[in-house]
Amino acid sequence: MGNHNKNNGSVQPFSEKALVAIFHLIIIFVCGVCLYSFLIVIGSSFQTQNDIMTNGYSVLPKQFSLDAYKLILKKPDVLLNSYLITIITTLIGTILGLYIDSAYAYVLSRKDYRYRKILSFYIFFTMLFNGGLVASYILITQWLKLKDTMWVLILPALVSPWYIMLMKGFFQSNSFSLTEAAKIDGAKEFQIFFKIIVPISKPAFATIALFYTLQFWNDWWLSLLFIESEKLMKLQYVLIKVMKNAEFLNSADALQYGLVKDGTQIPTLSARMAMCVLAAGPVTLIFPFFQKYFVKGLTVGSIKG
Amino acid sequence: MFAKAYICKQADAEFKLLSSLCQISADRVRDLINFCAAGFGGGMELKMNKVTPHNNAGIKTNKSKLSLEWGYFVKNLPLTLFALPGIIIVLIFRYIPIYGLILPFKNYRASLGFFKSPWAGIENFKFLFIGDAMLNATKNTILYNLVFIFFGIVIGVAFALMLFEMSRRFVKVYQTVLFLPYFISWVVAAYIFRSLLDMDYGLFNKILVHFGKEPIMWYSEPKYWPALLFAANLWKQMGYTVLIYYASLMGIDRELYEAARIDGAGKIRQMWYISIPMLKPMITMLTILNIGRIFYGDFGLFYNVTLNSSLLYKTTDVIDTFVYRSLIDMGDIGMSSASAFFQSVVGFILVIVTNTVVKKVDEENSLF
Repeated sequence: MGNHNKNNGSVQPFSEKALVAIFHLIIIFVCGVCLYSFLIVIGSSFQTQNDIMTNGYSVLPKQFSLDAYKLILKKPDVLLNSYLITIITTLIGTILGLYIDSAYAYVLSRKDYRYRKILSFYIFFTMLFNGGLVASYILITQWLKLKDTMWVLILPALVSPWYIMLMKGFFQSNSFSLTEAAKIDGAKEFQIFFKIIVPISKPAFATIALFYTLQFWNDWWLSLLFIESEKLMKLQYVLIKVMKNAEFLNSADALQYGLVKDGTQIPTLSARMAMCVLAAGPVTLIFPFFQKYFVKGLTVGSIKG
Repeated sequence: MFAKAYICKQADAEFKLLSSLCQISADRVRDLINFCAAGFGGGMELKMNKVTPHNNAGIKTNKSKLSLEWGYFVKNLPLTLFALPGIIIVLIFRYIPIYGLILPFKNYRASLGFFKSPWAGIENFKFLFIGDAMLNATKNTILYNLVFIFFGIVIGVAFALMLFEMSRRFVKVYQTVLFLPYFISWVVAAYIFRSLLDMDYGLFNKILVHFGKEPIMWYSEPKYWPALLFAANLWKQMGYTVLIYYASLMGIDRELYEAARIDGAGKIRQMWYISIPMLKPMITMLTILNIGRIFYGDFGLFYNVTLNSSLLYKTTDVIDTFVYRSLIDMGDIGMSSASAFFQSVVGFILVIVTNTVVKKVDEENSLF
């Protein structure tokens, strides 16, 4: 791997070097735009209300201020509660989803399993065809009565044919002789899976776990459809609410708490941005570190040898 | 050594010849071929099953077929039970909702429930297509997807080609930045766009005012949104698309480029005559699969970034948002289920057709 130009660097004509330089410039520009879009939200969260009203949202505040954060953190129930519910649903969802998907994928990967084709069709058919939103909505709210429960945030998202396909491919690359040997030694299927397959499949599990974590953490769709109770609102859904109505943060209380002096204004605008930073920031910072796993998972099917 | 039944006599002889030539044991050769066969894995597996004589019961018995099947079932039970949680969840959340196909043919009343609600024939469908809304939503869905597909390829490939010419160090940094939008949700993206498009405080209007122009009411003017949503989608998907094409480029044999260089071809020629043709299978496959999804819009994009502003529906409403609105805001089960039906059925036909086409073009890459 690496730059195959390096070998011929000395004989590379100037025009080609210039071309690559232009490429760099283009990409740097695009990256700049990407970064700017994040920085503007962060920067705005540190602006004062006056600053925003005169100068608009900007990356560099004229006057650095923590008012917006103070406002939110003074009465942080909404934020803390949504963090709690998000973390819980993400943990449970990831662990359950990982177990269910890997178990299903493992069964599909076993050559000696008689009903492979049936189970394979069973799961992959759902990728082609679905009954529609309305049917699911009636099912979940009327028949299963799952509305406004924590489980409605987890169960519908538990099985993913795509992840099962990824895991199945991974399991199949392991040698079947391991399983054979274990069976000869009298091990049960359950034991084989947990004691043999899982330890050697750690990269695959890590990848799928990350995918699930991202999915559950960022989910707002299930909340939008099925959640009305404030106690069960996940972070992203709170962000939707805050976007529509900054008063959701009870900014009117700010004066009462003596946060804001008379004459200056309640930082509703920057509070919105601050909420966004608090809700999405930590996660956005962490995930790039695990980028390598995402890359592997996403490209597994696209590298043609 | 060759006691296993799956190697037929002719291969037998060839193995012996091969191993004696290479002076390695025949066992090693067999293991190597097994390893390669297992490595191909994936979609090849099902095909190979046909060739491999894999007989659970090679013995002829007098048992009836039923009890034989039952025997198999019991033998496979541990694994079946292992897959059971997945089977149940999928049954509940994916297969049962298929009753939704019948729903638009009924006049659903929540008080009566699904089974007791009266039949409505095709009334719901008639009503659906009378107004403009559904046709508008369908038009928007298809047009946006076509634009997204086309530019996704053009820009994705272009960027992948550019990154391909750079050293690994740079590529890692660039890719990390370009990938950032992938990790955030459309909700957060909506905040970012708000900071740009806000009528009073957004960056765009501040710039316009600075140059003496009138500020634009972005969230009220439909005409700007195709471009805005296109930019939004590009920004978010770029990292992913470029990655796929870049990975494909990395899989190309370097010797091709060396040979071209020796023959005097410059970078541009190398791109045009080597890189792009080698990417064609991947491009074709992704395009065809995307066309299969042309009736489905990204709800997150069209609902959040637009702040669900009803003034913009003419250019921002897609089938998914239409279904959602009919169901949740208007409570019109008939209309929403009819449009969902339309989307599911047409979508299904498209996916089947496009998958069949992909199979003809490049068998490994089809979904089934």
